[in-house]
Amino acid sequence: MNIIVFIKQVPETTEVKINPETNTLIREGVTSIINPFDMYAIEEGLRVREAKGGRVTVITMGPPQAEAALRQCIAMGVDEVVLLSDRVFAGSDTLATSYTLSCAVRKIKDFDLIICGKQASDGDTAQVGPGIAQHLNIPFVTYVRKIEEIPEDRKSIRVEKMVDEGYEVREMKLPALITVVKEINEPRLESLRGKLNAKKAQIPVWTFSDMEMDKERLGLDGSPTQVIKIFTPQPREAGEIFEGEAEDCVNKLVEKMKENKIV
Amino acid sequence: MDYLLTEEQEMIRELASKITENKIMPVREELDRTGEFPGGIVKDIAAADLFRVAIPEEYGGIGGGCLELCLIVEELSRGCAGVAVSFAASALGAFPINRFGSEEQKKKYLPLLASGEKLAAFGLTEPNAGSDAGAIETTAKPEGDEYVLNGTKVFITNGGEADIYVIIAMTNKEKGARGASALIVEKGTPGFSFGKKEDKMGIRCSATRELVFDNCRIPKGNLIGREGTGFIITMSNFNHSRSGIGAQALGTAQGALDEAVKYSGERVQFGKTIATFQAIQHKLADMAIQVEAARALIYSTARMIDSGKQKNFSKESAISKVFPSDVAMAVTVEAIQVLGGYGYMKDYPVEKYMRDAKIMQIYEGTNEIQRNIIGLELIKESKRKKK
Repeated sequence: MNIIVFIKQVPETTEVKINPETNTLIREGVTSIINPFDMYAIEEGLRVREAKGGRVTVITMGPPQAEAALRQCIAMGVDEVVLLSDRVFAGSDTLATSYTLSCAVRKIKDFDLIICGKQASDGDTAQVGPGIAQHLNIPFVTYVRKIEEIPEDRKSIRVEKMVDEGYEVREMKLPALITVVKEINEPRLESLRGKLNAKKAQIPVWTFSDMEMDKERLGLDGSPTQVIKIFTPQPREAGEIFEGEAEDCVNKLVEKMKENKIV
Repeated sequence: MDYLLTEEQEMIRELASKITENKIMPVREELDRTGEFPGGIVKDIAAADLFRVAIPEEYGGIGGGCLELCLIVEELSRGCAGVAVSFAASALGAFPINRFGSEEQKKKYLPLLASGEKLAAFGLTEPNAGSDAGAIETTAKPEGDEYVLNGTKVFITNGGEADIYVIIAMTNKEKGARGASALIVEKGTPGFSFGKKEDKMGIRCSATRELVFDNCRIPKGNLIGREGTGFIITMSNFNHSRSGIGAQALGTAQGALDEAVKYSGERVQFGKTIATFQAIQHKLADMAIQVEAARALIYSTARMIDSGKQKNFSKESAISKVFPSDVAMAVTVEAIQVLGGYGYMKDYPVEKYMRDAKIMQIYEGTNEIQRNIIGLELIKESKRKKK
């Protein structure tokens, strides 16, 4: 099983600050981490490898400093990493990003399964995983909470997909792509030997000229999405909770609704 | 303070710290309540390669020393000293094999201990031989190509959980202390069983148990070093491990100090956080002064030991155990005072830090025995100077 995991480096905070002038994230002074959802993808890749053999390759697209995220992956035990970095990739929306990432997969050629986190904690779009699958014309299942089985012939995969009411069991042919939710596993910590390897590792960087790609579909030029405005919504005021017997609470609630002319 | 650790030492500390924050802190209260051995966390420590740290590279280790072990033990103890001592006791069992064992013994046991697949333990203490270690009654009678072990060891950390035990027993009773030998005994050997599991005041999740030997036959090849070197091996083991107890105490004290600082910034009385009161600030300052002094002492001692330049360091090693463990006792009691009534309750971790700290003044040589060692060395040094 050759597994490719895509990760993204994101700011380590849930309170992302936005520059109101440029409508972009303020990244200065914020430490970068691997997108938490991608940690589950890396872990699942390692677990599939441990069960089925093969290799795990982690790929990320980003500025040179994204190398740090890839070193962390090596410390966790992945076999190979690749950084996609080029000025022409800058400003990509989810369409251009997923196209760029799919070009890296085409260059690798030999793969059975692609794993992504369900979404990134900064952009929250959940579009890049499915986008890659579409560009590669392979099947995909999102929100996977468990890999039930990969049969011996390794021609298919059966997974459990989280849905609002519970879960669905889906089966599809390999090669395929899944995006995973946090219920799927508990990511391992790094090991000392892994960290020592990571320190020494040379991180391969692929630029535009290393892959077969259509320049017009990259970066800002290849991104039809235009961000018109980003703003921080006003926090909602805390609600009122009635406690006590159900009947009293209902009465209080009706009173309140009348008072506010809702009924 | 920047202790000028190497990049590798920083990595080791960071890994141990991650285990503490992610794996130990969320469950320590439950472990303390149930007294259940933290097998899962031990696996995490193994997966992080931390059992490899003090084992030479040729046996699957990383080839670190006393300082690296202290860094791990300090960090783990900040979370739970019960977990930390389970880790440290394995190092205590591994040391005699690593330092005095034959090539064959090293090849057989060290890789298993380095990977964390197996734990080790060290068995010296007996019902009638605590501080008076020369009084041990367990015998290992040579018979053909075997030793026949008989006797009982008590208070053995990792008892029942470890697979590899280094046991000190008398191979020749007439010779007294010079008749003691160190032997490797594997769990599962016929005649070797486990007795009472202790219900302790602190470090409750660590396994402390009796080892019972009843005509337990072990091959002569399991003798470490020569017959009669059991006490030399024991003293060398303790000389190397005492800073580790100091590190346990240091981590425990640091954990208590961190909680006290955090709480004092949150607790409001008389309309202000209690951290704004000088009475509290002075308490915190005194705690911090002691903790930092203990850290400086432990790191310096560990570095001296690792340098290999000083041959006899029993005094220094005793000092690096006594001072930090006394500090931990004082600091954890003071942390409870800062938290007041809440500090006395099990809802906050400081009372556990205090219960954990107490054992550090007792085990691996009571602080009284350590002061004896220090005193004797001072007298010896002064006599040497006169000559």
